Amino acid sequence: MRILKMQSKFLEVFLESLDKFGKLYGPKRKNDVLSYDRLENISELVITDEHPMIPIKKLFHPMQFTMMRFNERGFEPDYSVIEKRVVIGVHPCEIHSLLRLDDVFLREPVDPYYAGLRENTAIIGFSCLPLENHLCISTDTDIVSEGFDLFFVNLKGFYLVWVGSSLGYDMIHEREEFFDENVTHEDIQMYVDWRKKRNKMFKKSFDFDSMPDIMDLSHDSEVWDYFGDKCLSCGQCSMVCPTCNCYNVTDVFDVTNETVGRRNRVWDSCMFVDYSLVAGGHNFRASRADRLRLWYGHKLKTFGVDYGRPGCIGCGRCVDSCPVDINVLTISEALTTEEVPKQ
Amino acid sequence: MSVTETIANPFKPKAARIVRHYDLIEDHRFFQIRLIDMKKAMSFTYNPGQFIMLSIPGVGEAPFSISSTPSRPGILELGVRKVGKLTESLFQKTDNDVVYIRGPYGNGFKLDQMVNKDLIIVAGGLGVIPLRSILYYALDNRDMFKCIFFLYGARSPQEFLFEREFFQIKERKDIDCLYTVDKPDKDWTESVGVVTKLFKNLPKIDPRETTAVVVGPPVMYKFVIDEFLKLKIPKNQIQLSLERRMKCGIGKCGHCAIEHLYTCMDGPVFTYWDTLHFKELI
Repeated sequence: MRILKMQSKFLEVFLESLDKFGKLYGPKRKNDVLSYDRLENISELVITDEHPMIPIKKLFHPMQFTMMRFNERGFEPDYSVIEKRVVIGVHPCEIHSLLRLDDVFLREPVDPYYAGLRENTAIIGFSCLPLENHLCISTDTDIVSEGFDLFFVNLKGFYLVWVGSSLGYDMIHEREEFFDENVTHEDIQMYVDWRKKRNKMFKKSFDFDSMPDIMDLSHDSEVWDYFGDKCLSCGQCSMVCPTCNCYNVTDVFDVTNETVGRRNRVWDSCMFVDYSLVAGGHNFRASRADRLRLWYGHKLKTFGVDYGRPGCIGCGRCVDSCPVDINVLTISEALTTEEVPKQ
Repeated sequence: MSVTETIANPFKPKAARIVRHYDLIEDHRFFQIRLIDMKKAMSFTYNPGQFIMLSIPGVGEAPFSISSTPSRPGILELGVRKVGKLTESLFQKTDNDVVYIRGPYGNGFKLDQMVNKDLIIVAGGLGVIPLRSILYYALDNRDMFKCIFFLYGARSPQEFLFEREFFQIKERKDIDCLYTVDKPDKDWTESVGVVTKLFKNLPKIDPRETTAVVVGPPVMYKFVIDEFLKLKIPKNQIQLSLERRMKCGIGKCGHCAIEHLYTCMDGPVFTYWDTLHFKELI
């Protein structure tokens, strides 16, 4: 992969120039919450180590959107959610999360909404330094080698820029004068030092590699009952988890019309009590313990039969968000020691 | 070209017409439907044990087992219990009304495993709806199978589905049909008791040369599978079909996940061997 060098002072002008490749999106602050959103102006962009509260999945698997419109003549797909975009400021774990979602939505039969949003969206990744709850070193998602068009690593006074696609080349080509092909031995040494320093900054970790086996062995563990008793079934963990992709589908009639309407897709969570409820009243996962085990099965054990690795990408959002401290750290700790956490 | 132009939208259902319907028993209705596009209707093929997603615009979409056999193309048959919002709306439809369908989905019964073997079909209650597909498929392709045994148990004669059809089939010499109800009335002439009671009426079989399929309410599986195991039928030659909540049918929405399996893609038919490895299947 080609790696170039860019002085930090050019960053804003360069990013601004990307608007010819699509509408600019990135993390910005709204009511004090960091959130991926449309950037009206590049100055709104917040490049920071903090993750946006809601992960990048919202730009590819929107919280709610219209899949189809129906009338007397039947259903017609509605692709109006798809537009050309450039998302700036995407952390490595977030890029990994999109690769996990690709496994689900792009496998046959391909989901045309996700696929359309993916193929029309450029990803401009940015390195970050670990904050309190970041766990990507445990899940092996701290580095990216695919899934971006450009990736910026922030070193002292300059960026090393990885070019990950032909679209990335086109973007560089626009402002060639900003980029230096001459990456020196010193620059490389600075990068190596940066990685060493960064690797030492992680404050928390867990034994991700052992978890599939431990999950298997713990299927009937009382740990699930303990956490099941605590869980509020609020579904926050699913909303903030970058690899939770479950959705519900609902039909809505247009106001004042009994034949015309929309079929919408909306995020769902396996933490909700009706998640596995079928008509007739049988609930295949009536207990919170069963639902938690499914959730953590996806994150720590398996994520689809052919997908090769569990879903957790180590962003730490479940650690930040769960109001009763159920997260990949407390679950893996409890299962590993078979001890429920002290109050 | 964008992906939205190059691939057909897998969620877009196609219009189908109800060509005939009648009540099986109270709140259980039989529907024959046909895709309006005649070419698609004739080319719509499936395996016994697969399902479709059926939509009524504005009401919603849900999975339904296909009850007809692919050996009789053109018409799809469904057996539907009125049990929720969508089925209530479906029961208000009549002949020539339009519904929307997509599919078929799921794996279906493992036919390759059944060829040139004895076949034992065990149905409990509504489980007979998907099993009717493999039953008719086997009768239409009678040479593919050795002995065929059809065991069906319902709660009462009033809840015995497809009564006329199944008592006609019982007259055939090339299939053994055994029927039972838990609560008989004075006109009931067949067995009485739960479906497992019928096993004592089976002749001696060669278990390695036998495939067994069972569909019924979740509580029934354990007891029927115990009977199959008593007959020494290999665990991977016992097939069962599972019900789960489904919103997409194609492995995206997540609802039917069981560990790393999707019931809609990897099932709904699993073997008993599978269920030993995935504790939440049954």
